[in-house]
Amino acid sequence: MSTRLANTGRLVNKNKAVSFTFNGKNLSGFDGDTLASALLANDQMLMGRSFKYHRPRGVVASGAEEPNALVNLGTGPDFEPNQRVTTTELYDGLSATSQNHWPSLEFDVGAVNKHLSRFLPAGFYYKMFIHPRPFWKYVYEPIIRQSAGLGKAPKTRDDDAYEHFNINVDVMVVGGGIAGLSAALAAGRTGARVLLVEQTAHWGGRAVVDQPTIDGTPAEDWVNTTLQALEGMGNVTVRNRTQGSGVYDHGYVLAYERITDHAPDVDAPRHRLWRIRAKQIVTATGAIERPLSFAGNDIPGVTLAAAVRDYAVNWGVSMGDRTVVVTNNDDAYRTAITLKKAGLDVPAIIDARDGAMGDLIEEARDLGIRIAFGKGIAKVKGNKRVTSVGICAQAGEGAELEEIACDCVAMSGGWSPVVHLWSHCGGKLVWDDAQAMFRPDAERPPLGADGQGFVTTAGIANGHLFTAEGIADGFAAGRAAAKTAGAKGKAGDAPAGSDAAEGAISPVWLMPQGAKQALRSKAWLDFQNDVKVSDVQLAAQEGFESVEHAKRYTTLGMATDQGKLSNINGLAILSKSLNADIPNVGTTTFRPPYTPISMSSIAGPAKGDLFQPIRLTPISDWSNANGADNEPVGQWRRPYAYVRDGETVHDAVNREVKNTRDNLGLLDASTLGKLIVKGADAGKFLDMMYTNMMSNLAVGKCRYGLMCTENGFLSDDGVVARIDDETWLCHTTTGGAERIHAWMEDWLQCEWWDWNVYVANVTEQLAQIAVVGPNARKVLEKLGGMDVSKEALPFMQWRDGKIGDFDARAYRISFSGELSYEIAVPASQGRAFWDALLDAGEEFGVMPYGTECLHILRAEKGFIMIGDETDGTVIPQDLNLQWALSKKKTDYLGKRAHSRSHMADPNRWKLVGLETLDGSVLPDGAYAIAEGDNANGQRNVQGRVTSTYYSANMDRGIAMGLVHNGPDRMGEVIEFNKVDGGTIKTKIVDQVFYDKDGEKQNV
Amino acid sequence: MLTLNCPYCGVDADETDLHGEGEAHLKRFGPNSTDDEFHDYLFQRQNPKGVHFERWRHVYGCGKFFHAARCTATLEVFGTYLAQTLEPPQDIKDKITAKRPSWTWGNFS
Repeated sequence: MSTRLANTGRLVNKNKAVSFTFNGKNLSGFDGDTLASALLANDQMLMGRSFKYHRPRGVVASGAEEPNALVNLGTGPDFEPNQRVTTTELYDGLSATSQNHWPSLEFDVGAVNKHLSRFLPAGFYYKMFIHPRPFWKYVYEPIIRQSAGLGKAPKTRDDDAYEHFNINVDVMVVGGGIAGLSAALAAGRTGARVLLVEQTAHWGGRAVVDQPTIDGTPAEDWVNTTLQALEGMGNVTVRNRTQGSGVYDHGYVLAYERITDHAPDVDAPRHRLWRIRAKQIVTATGAIERPLSFAGNDIPGVTLAAAVRDYAVNWGVSMGDRTVVVTNNDDAYRTAITLKKAGLDVPAIIDARDGAMGDLIEEARDLGIRIAFGKGIAKVKGNKRVTSVGICAQAGEGAELEEIACDCVAMSGGWSPVVHLWSHCGGKLVWDDAQAMFRPDAERPPLGADGQGFVTTAGIANGHLFTAEGIADGFAAGRAAAKTAGAKGKAGDAPAGSDAAEGAISPVWLMPQGAKQALRSKAWLDFQNDVKVSDVQLAAQEGFESVEHAKRYTTLGMATDQGKLSNINGLAILSKSLNADIPNVGTTTFRPPYTPISMSSIAGPAKGDLFQPIRLTPISDWSNANGADNEPVGQWRRPYAYVRDGETVHDAVNREVKNTRDNLGLLDASTLGKLIVKGADAGKFLDMMYTNMMSNLAVGKCRYGLMCTENGFLSDDGVVARIDDETWLCHTTTGGAERIHAWMEDWLQCEWWDWNVYVANVTEQLAQIAVVGPNARKVLEKLGGMDVSKEALPFMQWRDGKIGDFDARAYRISFSGELSYEIAVPASQGRAFWDALLDAGEEFGVMPYGTECLHILRAEKGFIMIGDETDGTVIPQDLNLQWALSKKKTDYLGKRAHSRSHMADPNRWKLVGLETLDGSVLPDGAYAIAEGDNANGQRNVQGRVTSTYYSANMDRGIAMGLVHNGPDRMGEVIEFNKVDGGTIKTKIVDQVFYDKDGEKQNV
Repeated sequence: MLTLNCPYCGVDADETDLHGEGEAHLKRFGPNSTDDEFHDYLFQRQNPKGVHFERWRHVYGCGKFFHAARCTATLEVFGTYLAQTLEPPQDIKDKITAKRPSWTWGNFS
């Protein structure tokens, strides 16, 4: 069993107990524990189930690489799935539940899959569930969905706070082991601005566990002294619990700081995402120990050798009473020595090498530990826990020579440098045959804006597995990075480390090397996704020779650990199957983040009210206090309708529609885009921008204009007013102001830069109110001031002056067919003017109206709306707007496109009015059906609805649509599809439904 | 995430402050152009692996459009320059030639 040791545990405070629950059981650990060490101290070795076969799984690692022990953490708004117990620091009240099993962790029905594993090889899903096709959607997928998947998605909103932090530094050092610390020390001494981050809560990496000598003192002392020195430097920032997660273009780095995960009661943001620009980056990210591939290597109790050592030294936890160590290198001997010295039994070190010499081997031998060279593990026995191992010759096929009883197996297949951050932005790797590892190729680093490398790598991450060379490498990397970043100071002397003499590693990719199928099909590569040696061999056999293909076929390395334990072993098996060398097979692509980071940290503060800026007009406050039912229009919130007590939104719209036609309506039109275009060449410029002529517009007059893209498609429309000789004011659609402003700037800056024109977006400088209806003139006359009579202010003209006390510019324009004035006042006067109109208008039946009423009124008159009648494929000719295309002008944007063959084709869908025979409202976007089917077996179509409303004034549905040759087919009845099946008979009519002669505005 | 220097305001701008505006040095073809010329102006764009010239706008900064010469494969930036020009400045072309001796792009080399 696993238990707490009496005399070790450098990180735990045994005087401070911490209580927590696992699957509802109350358990106790110590301050300083991880959830992994606390569970092990409680003999909870079984922590989860595998993804495919639901095999029992225990913890296999002690850090970020852990693939097995994932739990659901927290409840309610704190709930989070797939949390690694090895990186979860214990706190009082922590609540965790295991994942991927039903009904319980101890008894899982899904485990039946493991008996079917012969029938569930790699690619099984691809092969099996193809036919019959409908079965996928209705049978296979629902069943697979039910049994697959890891943690459950959270159901409630996350109520914690998260934040982003931006920083520029000269040198960023990732990794707080001795290489990272010495890199930061060297860079810090030069005066460079340095940021050092470490993903765990603790500094010193492996060195503080194995305690080599540095500068004549134990490593832990050197680490503490160095950290103190760094914290005393004003130019150095150090952060633990902060992971360098991703390296991106031009020295951009994301780091993920877990601020309160270990202390949920602290009043601070939970996670902080650091957005870093670093001139130089040093990745001192260490290495990850590789598992060995032997049968039964996934049974709980089989653990990485260094992890066994970590649990004993750091947290005072033994994984078992009798531990068999199996290895191909000297480092695992440290585990045997540590356990033996802690008073635990180590029946044997199974060393696959034929023999080796080294200080650690000598020490183990002196402690009386049996060392069996040339041997391997044939098979691990046990179900939810290791009970014994069968020993065989590594050179053979797995014939069992003896059985050794044990409850823990500590395995080491060598070390793989963590090259992820080096590789994220294009750093290349080289295969180091002597050390059996991929390490960064310093000749081919990721390149920055200047074409030079901006990442260096140091220490174990750079392939320097020993203390002396690792710490020297770190120091040199830090000094060089600071110099490249421009720092001038001296780095001083490098720290010096010393090492035990070690024998060479001998690569072992399969144990025993000639293992038969029965053993290979129980030798796990990817523990979380249940990929075995036999699966990768099958993939190779079936032709998935590229490592990227083999990965996707077998799902090797696709689990939440992204192959941190399995990738190198997997591609070694693949290369062997292909009779190729490992470097010729290559690795899959390393992509950020290094380990999963929270979605909330990516969102940061951008949620709720801060999700995006909301634009408000001077009248928004009044609207929101008076029943406004808002709709988003770009970043604006516009009232859709003003809903009164007892009304539905639909009722309110109908009331507003009738009242505006019968009495007086007010619309807050402040959101309408307003661009001032000014300069000696402004007229010439607007003649290019608009399809119709603007240069000849008389001062004091208005003209409706269309804008097209160079493709000829309609882009925007609006009323243009000539203010003076050199000045025009262009109205754009509400959503189009910024886009059209940018469009004008584009042409002025990049094409006609010698034209003397300036554009200013004054949209928010002005409040604009549409005063609409038969009583519009009466209310303005009551306020007094400007003469707004038919004679003084004719249709399509504007005047400046006073209306009441307000500085007004009144445009006599109409988007409703009613007598209508749009009146702009300075934004600061907007609310007062609105109030004055409401007051004065009371006797004339004034009511504000919203955007839906605006839409209905314009549709009753057959006016087009950009975004309804246009969708980026519609040209002015389609909307019967030929009159707005100047024939006098030699050029304007879109003119050339209109003569392209498809645009000039008379056979286009064109705008008409649509009237259902039964008076009902056509569905928006509905298609008109035509005879026959197309090549895909779909019904042919001959038109579609672009705008459709219930008109209270007509008491029936009205619509506009684009219909094939529509204007030539007046009176014809065609059929439109309904959403729920069936069709609606609809007559093609003139698009103007109301007041066809325009008498209402001509007063 | 790229950093480009805005040649107007001098700021080293993050990509989030910029807006990509497509290929640089397009020649506009208007009403008197042939169908082929106009088609190419609308739709034909270069997509090189290597030296490329692009338009960018410092949209959340000074608002100016500018040109950038960079390598699409390595993300090296050879330089940024004003939009009011029909071809890249000689010093930037020299810099590219020094690093990519056989480069060509459109009519430039």
